[in-house]
Amino acid sequence: MIIPSRYRREIPGTQPDLLHAPYVSTVLRSPQRPLVPLEHSLSELTGSVYGHELVGPNDHDLTAQHAGQPLGQRITVYGRVQDENGHAVPETLIELWQANSAGRYIHKNDQRDVPLDPNFTGTGRTLTDKNGFYRFVTIRPGAYPWRNHYNAWRPAHIHFSLLGPSFLSRLVTQMYFPGDPLLPLDPIFNSIPDEKARNRLISHYTPEFDTPGQALSYRFDITLRGPLETPMEV
Amino acid sequence: MPIPTSSQTVGPFFHDCLIREGENILVRASEHSQGIRIVGRVLDGAGEPVTDALLELWQAGPDGVYPGYDAAGNRSTATADFCGFGRAATDAEGKYLFETLKPGRVPAAEGGLQAPHINVAVMARGMLKRLVTRIYFDDEPATLNDPVLARVPGRQARASLIAQRQDDATVPSYCFDVVLQGENETVFFDV
Ligand SMILES: [Fe+3]
Repeated sequence: MIIPSRYRREIPGTQPDLLHAPYVSTVLRSPQRPLVPLEHSLSELTGSVYGHELVGPNDHDLTAQHAGQPLGQRITVYGRVQDENGHAVPETLIELWQANSAGRYIHKNDQRDVPLDPNFTGTGRTLTDKNGFYRFVTIRPGAYPWRNHYNAWRPAHIHFSLLGPSFLSRLVTQMYFPGDPLLPLDPIFNSIPDEKARNRLISHYTPEFDTPGQALSYRFDITLRGPLETPMEV
Repeated sequence: MPIPTSSQTVGPFFHDCLIREGENILVRASEHSQGIRIVGRVLDGAGEPVTDALLELWQAGPDGVYPGYDAAGNRSTATADFCGFGRAATDAEGKYLFETLKPGRVPAAEGGLQAPHINVAVMARGMLKRLVTRIYFDDEPATLNDPVLARVPGRQARASLIAQRQDDATVPSYCFDVVLQGENETVFFDV
């Protein structure tokens, strides 16, 4: 039989280490024993086609989910999802969540003394199109403080979750904004050893994509793990 | 060649986006002859419950075929009743629960069959990338001969991957704790 080809392994330095002491919560939440290498079988090479039925008409537009408009700078976040071979990843679910413009999540555990916005939930989802492209409309999230170190603030960021075509292509990440002075100080962003890889989490401002007068546009391209090009015969 | 985008932590605020009612109940266990319940806790290196973890399951059906695929692993257009994918968040005590079907045996990487198992991804605040583990079952004879388990060094380490059948339940129930760090650390795989 022909089984789907194996995936490439992680390229050293391009993913964060599990233990990154400046991010204090990793200290008790990272395993101490080495990970056990696993040969890829159908268990890893297959994956769920999940969530297509979940996507509603306003789910990609976080400014259109309530009676009124949320406060804050309206932005478009868009880009292309591809695999390691540069092939588009079509019709895959992207889920996204973020703080409001004041830097607060609607989450029950975020009780900070800045306002919630009755017109902003801060969650969105969409499917990539046949060419791997996606587009969200939202507002620019505010920075928010956290307890990691003295006067620690997370840079403005949007959380992304993608399943991709297999168990191995799963990705949860965060998108950042260019020019944010908090980036050099953030232990989560700086947990990625390779500077180029780290900087790929920073979106690009792309005025040519704007509908004039409507929103600032930021491009964020995503690469998911993918198979070696030659399928193996077994 | 494009390089895969770097992972970042799921953080503590994913619930409103990623957790939808019922996604931890793949099937109602009591309504299926192959229905099972899996319960457990996620614990950190201090033995404290991890109350903001996200667990994702991916598994074959009782026939040993992954939903959406044929037995050889090619994409299939046949619609499956069973989706094989589930999500659960841990609660204030670090506990999670899934109800699902007991998976069958699927092909191994090197030929032959693997013992029934469920693929698990664990994410949380303080985890910069997901951890991957597997749930095997202590009442499956094939567990003793599984090729992946055979490569895990140490009896205690192998035991960390084997869910224990609880005998006091109305449906077959298994306990599977995920220990992120320490003496009883769960085995995690480099995939
Ligand atoms: Fe956040």
